[in-house]
Order: sequence, then structure tokens, then C-alpha cells
Amino acid sequence: MEALREVEAELTVYVHPSNAADVPRAVSRQLSGLLFSYEERFDGVLLAHEAQLVDEDNKENATKEKDKKEAKIEEETEAKSKKKPKILKAKILNGLVPFFGVRVHANLLLFSPQPGMLLEGKVEMLGKESIHAVVLGVFSVAIMSDDIHEKFRFKRKSHGGRFLSRSDREHFIKRGTMIRFSVKSVDTEMNCHITGSLIPPHTGSMRWLSVHDAEYASEISRKSMDTSIKREQNEQEHRILKNEDSMVKSERPHKSRKRSAENR
Amino acid sequence: MGAEQQCDDMEVAFSDSEAFRSVQHVLQSVRMDPFLIDLRDKEQYDILLCAVDSTTRRSSDDQAMLATTLRALSEAVSKIDIMYHHALLHNIFTMSIWYYNRDTRDALLDLIIRLSAVADQYLRECLQMLVNNFTPPGPLVPKIEDKRWEAKRKEIYSQLHESLKMISDTVPLAPRVLKDIINRSMPKLFDNKVKMVSFVECMLGLDTERLGDLIGTSLLEKVVDLLTELDVNITWEDILQEEHSKGIFEMELEDLANGVDNFGQETEVLFGGNVCANKLDGLMVVVCKHLKSCAEHGCLKREFDILKTIFRKGVLKVHKSKFAQFIMFYACSLDPEICGLDFALFLTDIFTKKEDDAIARMSAVSYVGSYLSRARFISADTVVAILKRLVDWCIDHCERQKKRHTRTKNPVEHQIFYASCQAVMYVLCFRLRSIMDYPNLKSQLFKMNIRSILMDPLEPLKVCLPSIVNEFLRQAKAARLFNASVDLELEDRIDSDLSKAFGGVNRLDMFFPFDPYLLKESDSYIRPNFEFWSLVKTTYSDDEGDELGDFDAPGMNVDSLDDNFDIELNSDDDDIEYTMNKMSITPHRSFYHPMAMSGDSGLSMPARIRPSVSPPS
Repeated sequence: MEALREVEAELTVYVHPSNAADVPRAVSRQLSGLLFSYEERFDGVLLAHEAQLVDEDNKENATKEKDKKEAKIEEETEAKSKKKPKILKAKILNGLVPFFGVRVHANLLLFSPQPGMLLEGKVEMLGKESIHAVVLGVFSVAIMSDDIHEKFRFKRKSHGGRFLSRSDREHFIKRGTMIRFSVKSVDTEMNCHITGSLIPPHTGSMRWLSVHDAEYASEISRKSMDTSIKREQNEQEHRILKNEDSMVKSERPHKSRKRSAENR
Repeated sequence: MGAEQQCDDMEVAFSDSEAFRSVQHVLQSVRMDPFLIDLRDKEQYDILLCAVDSTTRRSSDDQAMLATTLRALSEAVSKIDIMYHHALLHNIFTMSIWYYNRDTRDALLDLIIRLSAVADQYLRECLQMLVNNFTPPGPLVPKIEDKRWEAKRKEIYSQLHESLKMISDTVPLAPRVLKDIINRSMPKLFDNKVKMVSFVECMLGLDTERLGDLIGTSLLEKVVDLLTELDVNITWEDILQEEHSKGIFEMELEDLANGVDNFGQETEVLFGGNVCANKLDGLMVVVCKHLKSCAEHGCLKREFDILKTIFRKGVLKVHKSKFAQFIMFYACSLDPEICGLDFALFLTDIFTKKEDDAIARMSAVSYVGSYLSRARFISADTVVAILKRLVDWCIDHCERQKKRHTRTKNPVEHQIFYASCQAVMYVLCFRLRSIMDYPNLKSQLFKMNIRSILMDPLEPLKVCLPSIVNEFLRQAKAARLFNASVDLELEDRIDSDLSKAFGGVNRLDMFFPFDPYLLKESDSYIRPNFEFWSLVKTTYSDDEGDELGDFDAPGMNVDSLDDNFDIELNSDDDDIEYTMNKMSITPHRSFYHPMAMSGDSGLSMPARIRPSVSPPS
């Protein structure tokens, strides 16, 4: 699906000293706090993350480093026997808040729908006025009557009714149907609620499209033929997010935060 | 005839769709700047506003009208705009489903479900509206406890649950918002009981299926928090005050030799004045009911695991919580083999873990002691197995002390050791007799080196509660747990100077979490599985029953009477009450009311749970 992308990010995660005993866990908890909500700095919703702590010594220029206090976090890898304890350095921020700024290199899976994209979802509820679907089992989509193609007519029969196409009786949308729709707008305020539309071409019931829509059909066959090409395409979309180190002052000092800026 | 009916139906359908269209038209016509709206449309809109006014009370005809309007609105959700229809939305979100009949409620909830799915901006308010309806509106509160309302209440709850489930199906991220809203709408300490009980009952009803998986943990956590909050607000001073006056009262009754008849009333008296206890009682009933239904649906284990974590986090370390912990007791009693055993092991694990903090460990060992003694559903072999772990730990501790040459006798440093010694003795007081009935368990018990702990230079017998020590030694003697010479030796070790405030030298304070349960309504859930001291068979009871009366007699004359309601109400056997009091242990009320002591000699046997000095933390 279009809206999914994988990115690599250089982040600074601020860890509270109380969690210093197990930094990797604290980092992953901190990142998990961002799951499923829209993050402006990622321009999308975080779906999954995998983080590695970065050893700073190899990278940082020494001059900057000097005037900041340093704290060593002894980070023992879970299996003590495996290696000798690795020592990572993290900065303690100046001022009142004694958080550790831990450098993290993270792989993130983001969901960032943009208007015009074609997405797929499962219909959960429908009525004369609207079709409500769920994308990826997480994000809700509402397609209001104005955005449903005129060819569809609502029939209030059986379970919750169905939308039936005037042109082809085979083409219908009911509860449980997988549909393909175009993104009209995205509300990023709360849950990343999507408003969709069934008016643009190549939208409708996926089952019907796979037979009657040449473009969609060819797309599926391409997908199934070589997934390897697709993977390469995906890689092109990767954008490496680089770290922005300027954020020290935080509006909510009680919470450790992290920032990053897209390198665009 | 048939044709006529059809005709009627047609007419209704027609007028309905007419109404639907007109509502859509009205909504559409006011979707513009207020200055541009045609006056006639404005009038129509105002009529619509009145139709869904949340403050007017409606007859059944009006309700039918309202239902139609609401249906019309849910057919026109796409026309509703948060900017231009603010007043309309406000009216909808402030409605209370409790006033309406089933049909109207359905229509209203359907509208709410549709609104919540349309856009995120309505979601929060829709959920808030549903959560607000967890409790009946103010004017209905007095009526709600009525039996006639029972069915309607259940129906409303199930409708609310259904709606929330629907919303979480169409908006999968809604539970997260819901959790937040419930957290903020939780009843506060000073809300009235009906409101509290109603809210919690409805809220726990959500803890099923998918919603339960997502937010069940946080729901339970909130409930347990509320329970503990109420619990800690029942002050011991209140209880003692009431008890104190009752004690005197009862003494008089005793003189008149008709105390038994009044026990029922006394129970009422006890917490009559304590609002928090009353609320807690109501909530305990709700939680117990919930656990019971979980057990019936086979999901008790899952619920129990969640409760265990919450207990560890929230209840275990609460200073002298009195009743909230009984939810664990009840959950265990529902599934003794799995949960009951699990809880015992869980507590023992906390106790033996070095990494855990001292307070938690102290508390855990008190819980183990009290739990094994009081839980009737725990089998004797579990008891023996747990005792073995406790005894092993104690022996280990003694040996470690021996190795460290600089040993101090400061009880504070060894408080965990003393607490576990006391727990072992306490459990044996209750269980020794039943263990003796099984030869294999008996031999296991005899193999444990309890003697060496008690004889240790740390002198646990001087520190533990004298009543427990005495009772334990007495039973041990009768059971020949130690040989005769040891018995004598042990007896020598008891501190003879009992005149100090609460017993022995440096006596540590102890906590007995599962002392008899004092809340009236919820008592019926706890009682069947609760072991009362009065009903415990002691090792000496066969042959020495008559001598019970001699035991620490001086302090008893006030306390023994307080406990009457702990026993079955028909029990009027003084000796039994008497011994029971001995085993329900927390320091004497004189701590708070020194005057009460005046007539007594130094040590009096405390009755039931009482506050006590906390272990130094």
C-alpha cells in the first residue's frame, strides 16, 4: 500500500535517570509511547520501531562534548556472559532536568497517508449517508455520501444494507467488503482519521476491481510476479532522517522527549 | 384488512422519510454564516433544537417524536457541521439515555455511533457522552436502587456496552481515547454511593472481549485504586471510637444476659456512620460480582493475572489496607487450584526475592501468613509447602547472621525474619491440627527445623506477638511438635515481662491483612471461604477445651464482646469468641484511647484487625 514507508532515523531519546539501569528498555518504551498517534516530526503515524543505541565516542566532535557533563551509563547486555559490559556515554542535560540524552539509531515503520493516495480498507459499518472502513485494522476511514460515486445506490436490505452499482450488479459494497478508495483528507489531530472518496477511477470493491479494472488487475499481477522489484522501489522511498540536536528546552520538562527533523 | 395495514405502514414510512428530508433540509439551510440564514430556516432550526432539547421531560408520544428526529439526524450526519450546528450537537451530547424508553435510547445511541465514526472531532465528545451515562442523572439517583429499576439498569448498561463496542469496531483507536475519558470521569471519593457503584458496575462490564483486552487492565487498575482510596479513608479512629462505645454498651448487655439478640443491630452500628466504608462495601459487591461472572465465562485466570500485577503495584504496600485486599481473596476462592495456589506462591516469591524492597517483603510475608491461615480453600499440602519455604528462608537467614560476626539484635534489621517467624507460627496455630491429620504432611512438618529458628540468638519469641507465641507453643506442645525438654526451653524464652505497651520487648508491629471482614453487604462473598478462629480445631481442643478460659483472661473482658458478629450469629459460646479474639491480632485500642486501658491489666488480647504501629520504613 502506498502510505506505508520505512525510514531510518537518528534520534536523541531523553531517558529519566530512574530508568538508567536498563536503557534499551527505557528507549523502547519511550518510542512505544509514540505508537499509533500522529507525529508531526515524522509526518506520519509510527507503527513499529526498532532502535539501536549509538556509541557516540566514534562520532561526536570533541569540542562540543567538553562543556557538557557526561555520564556513563553502564549498559550490560542482557546476556552477561556474551561480552564484557559495553560502556555507552550519554549526556546529562544542563539545567533542572537531569535526563540522559541517549543517541539512538532507529528503523521506523510509518503510516503517512496523503490526499490522493489510493488505500485499501475493510468496511465495518455503512448506511445511506456514509461508508465506514478500517485501514490496516487501526485507522478509521469515513466516506460520506457526497464522496460516493453516483453509480452506487444504497439498498437497505439484509444486514446493514449494501451499496449496489447501477452499471454492474456484481459490483457491491457491504459490511466486510475490502474496498479501495482515494484519500480526500487526513485529520492528524487525534487518531489520524481519514476522509476518503469513492469517486476517482480505480476505486470500489477490490474483488470487483481485480476483475474489471485493468490497471488494478495488472498492478496485482505485477505485485505477485516479482516482489523483489517492489522491494527496491520501497528502498528508494527511504528517507534518512537526521538528528537535530538543538532541542534542549522542552515545554514539558517532566517528560523526556526526543526530537528529530526530517532531512528534506 | 391486510391491505389497510399495509397502507398504514406505507403512510408511516412516508411521513418518516418526509421528516428525514426536512431535517436534512434544515441542517443544510443553516450551514452558513448566521447573518445569511433565511429567517424561516432559522425558525425551523430552532424547532429542531427544541425537539432534541436535553432538559425537557417527555411523555411517551413525545419520545416517539424524539426517536424519529434522532433517526433523521443519524441519516443526515454528513450534513452536521461542528461550526454551524454547535447548539444542536450540544443538545445531543448532554442528553441522558436514562430518561427514555428503549426505542428512543436505540435511536440516540445509533446517532452517537454514527457521529463518532464521521470524524475525530466528534469522537471524544461521543465517548464522553456515553461515559457520562454510566451513572444515572441526579434526579433519578434515589429511585435507582429500587428493584423495579434493576432490569432497566441492566438494559441500559448493555446498550452502552454495545455502543462502545460498535464504536471501537469502526474506530479502532477509540479505546485509547475511551481509557483516557474513563480515567478522568472516575467517581471521586465524595461522590455518592449510587453513582459510584453504578459507574464501576458499568465500567467493569466493558472488561470483556476485545475492549477488555485493550483497556481491561487500566479499568481494573482504576477500580482497585478507588477501592484502596476508600479503604485508607476509613480511619481507624472512627472504627475504634464506635467500637469503644459499643464495647461499653455491650458490657451492659452482657450483664443483662441478652447480648445475643442484639448482634444483628450491632453490625449495623459498626459502620453506620462511616460513609467511606459504606461505599467501599457497595463497590466490593460489584467487583466480586464481576469476578464471579469472569469465573463463569472462564476468563478468571486472565483477570487474576491482571489483578495480581495491580495488587503488587497498588495494594501490597498500602499501609494497613483493611478490605481492598479481599478482592484477591475472593478471586482465589473462585479457583483455588490455580489462582489460590498461584497467589500463595506469588506472595512467597516477593518475600524471598532479595531485590524487592523491605516494605514489600514485610507486607508479603504478612499476607502469606494471613492468607494461608484464613483461606479455607487452600489445601494442607500447599500450606506445608509454603511453610517449608518460609522456614528454609529463616534458617538461611540465621546462618547468614552467624557467619557475620557483628550481629545486632536490633529488631528493625531483622524485621523480615521476625515477620516470617511470626507468619509461620500464626499459620500453624490455624493449621497445625489439620496438618496432623495427614501422616505424610505431618512427617514433612516435623522434619522442618522450626525449633532451631525459634531458639536462635535472635530470639524471635521475644519479638513476635505474645498471643501468637503462646498459642503456638500450646498447640505445638499438644501436637508434640518438639520434644518436652525443648518445650520448656522455648517457654523460658518468651519474654515474661509483658507489661510493656504492646507485649514483648521491641515488639515489631504486625499486619494481618485477612482478619475478619467487616463490611456487611459484601461479606456474603467472603464468609463462605473464610476461616474464623472460632471454628478452628486446635491440637489441644479435644482434651483441654475447658481450660480455654484461663488464657490471658484479664484483657479480655472488653474485647471479647466486640467480636461477636464475626462468629455465626447463633454462636454464644464465650470460650470460642474468646479464643478467636486472641488470634485476631493488631495492637490494642488503648494506643488510641488510653482511657480504655484504665480498668485492665497490662496486656489485653486485641480483637480483630486494629491499627498498629507501622514497621519502620
